Amino acid sequence: MIIGSRPTKFLVSIDKNQCMLCGRCVDNCPYGTFRMDSDRVIINSRNCVACHRCISQCPRDAIMITERPCDYRSHPVWTNNIRENIFKQAESGKILLGGMGNAGDYPIIFDKLVLDACQVTNPSIDPLREPMELRTYIGKKPKQLKFSHNAQGDLDLVTELTPNLKLETPIMIGHMSYGAISLNAQKAMARAVSEIGSFMGTGEGGLHEGLYPYQNSMIVQVASGRFGVDVNYLNRGAAIEIKIGQGAKPGIGGHLPGEKVCADVSCTRMIPEGSDAISPAPHHDIYSIEDLKQLVLSLKEATEWRKPVFVKIAAVHNVAAIAAGIARSGADAVVIDGFRGGTGAAPTVFRDHVGIPIEAAIASVDAKLRKQGIRNEVSIIASGGIRQSADVAKIICLGADSVYIGTAALIAMGCRVCGTCYRGLCSWGIATQRPELVSRLNPDEAYINVKNLIDAWTDELAELMGAAGINSIESLRGNRDRLRGYLLDQTMLDILDVNPIGA
Amino acid sequence: MKEITIDATDMHYTPLNKLIRQAIREGVTHITLKNIMGQRFIGDGLTGEVKISVYGVPGGDLGMLMKGPSIEVFGNAEHAPGNTMDEGRIIIHGSSGDATAHSMRGGEVFVRDDIGYRGGIHMKQYMQKRPALIIGGDAKAFLGEYMAGGLVIMFRRNEDKPYAEMGLASGIHGGEIFIRGEVEEWTLGIGASARPVTVDEKVTLDRYIKEFSEVFDLDPNPLLKASYTRIAPVSARPFAGKYTWE
Repeated sequence: MIIGSRPTKFLVSIDKNQCMLCGRCVDNCPYGTFRMDSDRVIINSRNCVACHRCISQCPRDAIMITERPCDYRSHPVWTNNIRENIFKQAESGKILLGGMGNAGDYPIIFDKLVLDACQVTNPSIDPLREPMELRTYIGKKPKQLKFSHNAQGDLDLVTELTPNLKLETPIMIGHMSYGAISLNAQKAMARAVSEIGSFMGTGEGGLHEGLYPYQNSMIVQVASGRFGVDVNYLNRGAAIEIKIGQGAKPGIGGHLPGEKVCADVSCTRMIPEGSDAISPAPHHDIYSIEDLKQLVLSLKEATEWRKPVFVKIAAVHNVAAIAAGIARSGADAVVIDGFRGGTGAAPTVFRDHVGIPIEAAIASVDAKLRKQGIRNEVSIIASGGIRQSADVAKIICLGADSVYIGTAALIAMGCRVCGTCYRGLCSWGIATQRPELVSRLNPDEAYINVKNLIDAWTDELAELMGAAGINSIESLRGNRDRLRGYLLDQTMLDILDVNPIGA
Repeated sequence: MKEITIDATDMHYTPLNKLIRQAIREGVTHITLKNIMGQRFIGDGLTGEVKISVYGVPGGDLGMLMKGPSIEVFGNAEHAPGNTMDEGRIIIHGSSGDATAHSMRGGEVFVRDDIGYRGGIHMKQYMQKRPALIIGGDAKAFLGEYMAGGLVIMFRRNEDKPYAEMGLASGIHGGEIFIRGEVEEWTLGIGASARPVTVDEKVTLDRYIKEFSEVFDLDPNPLLKASYTRIAPVSARPFAGKYTWE
């Protein structure tokens, strides 16, 4: 049966009094929304994804985009999206895929937490005048230090230290693979973190030669497809991350469609051009926590114990117990990816319904590790839905050592969160491999935006700490006394181990 | 040729691998490991041209991520020998465990007898790199699952009944599997198809039969004369039709 056309998602209009027929909208839209006629621009609103590239390039502010111009009969249960999803599945019989992160209407816990500041009795600290220690070390910390006296009457450290990553700010950029995003996008972010003194992940797409200059700031990923993984790759990275799961799609693997596997992507992933790059749901050499330990140790052994090894999991119901297992596996850090984590493509049923938010996950992981006396064995990296410096401060108060940002870094390069990454036509040159689109993103300019964002958040973090009378990030970590819950229920407050406002 | 022998009695794998790496730096080209008993990660991430003879039973992930060396095991091997191996050769005079040649991307693994579950899982190939897993005996279920490239050959030397293990090559989207004799239809996983080998394919196969027979000092003739089934992907994109966009 033919269900017929649905209302267009967006209505695009051009103010004829403003338009000077320069044609930039036509040139800039990869989705074919605009076409130049002799004396006007013809619009096909149905093609619009609201990426705003046309608006950003229009010299006369002539373009207007309206979302959902045509109403369905309103209904609180059978929303527009629900109805349209049913139409699509009734037509196709297939699994629905979508881009970007969780689009479900869940309350955001971050927005129900407020931070503390000093008044009168304990003076706040002025970060302009006083040093603020934001340096963060990621990796195992010894439980205790042993020293011995040497012949000179001095002390020698006897305890053997394991390698740590030194971060000048607790903000890193998470794993977005070459293939999912463009090389120019990766280069811009890699240059930004290398200048800041932070790190970014490669994702499961190998390490392109163009990133070798930044390899000391790159964390290389080993995921279930083992794409691009060889001993050269492992040795180049500053650290190695085993990806078990991803917040946007916990429990399932990834499929990079063949059309995104161009010559260069095929080279770094080490698979034939045009072939699907399929990462299975589990690692097929990890069916237990003992197997995970074996993979952690094998990667350490292969790199002669010079690299910290992280393990990334999606935040799921039992995240605390799983993290406790990981802490005992020899891993140096555990990355927890919350259910708001971004993605290029994920089944929407997973994206919107599986997993738990990062705030609750980090609080319970930190509590569990402390309770078991193994918090020093691993650093905790929080990821998935970190939108602003306040989120960074709050998640550190809840027990994280540092954060990964993803979508925020993409937005810094122009991304408008249109959620159409899976089309491979990203008009900003980010989530695409088409040379003419990739060339729109100049890494030598875009890196400044990414660096600006992280610098600004770092400054804000220092200000927040100063206001709270804290001069070292160490004193903020797990410091729940500096948080209060605003209209959170008692069970949530108990999980977060945070008092309500006024208490 | 410079040779050394290392007695691995009661030795942990890290000092053992350190000794191996040190020997290679000193120009040793043949290392004999005696009294190996379950040490994991032997040759893990090892590069270069060296021959390692292993006496005893090596632990898991033998030759993992290895690029170049050749390892010969006089005994059985634990799980995942050749895991994500890049170049070189592993010869096992016995059987090996689960996930043998897991995610292997280059080189060769020869197993004289049987392998466990998930053999050759997610093997892949790129340009001139085409890994090969040659099994003299039999394999348990999920052989060649998710295979993205490379070659698996299984001779089933002690078995004449059709191959009957579930999940054969399920999700395969590259590479090929040759099995001596017949394969029961129900064993084939999603995305896999089977047919008898062609004359051209048999030529390639014969080369490996001779190599296998030479490596293990066996008579190649029964294998050369036998008939084979080829299992290959139906499509390079087995999941392309599974999804629709939001």
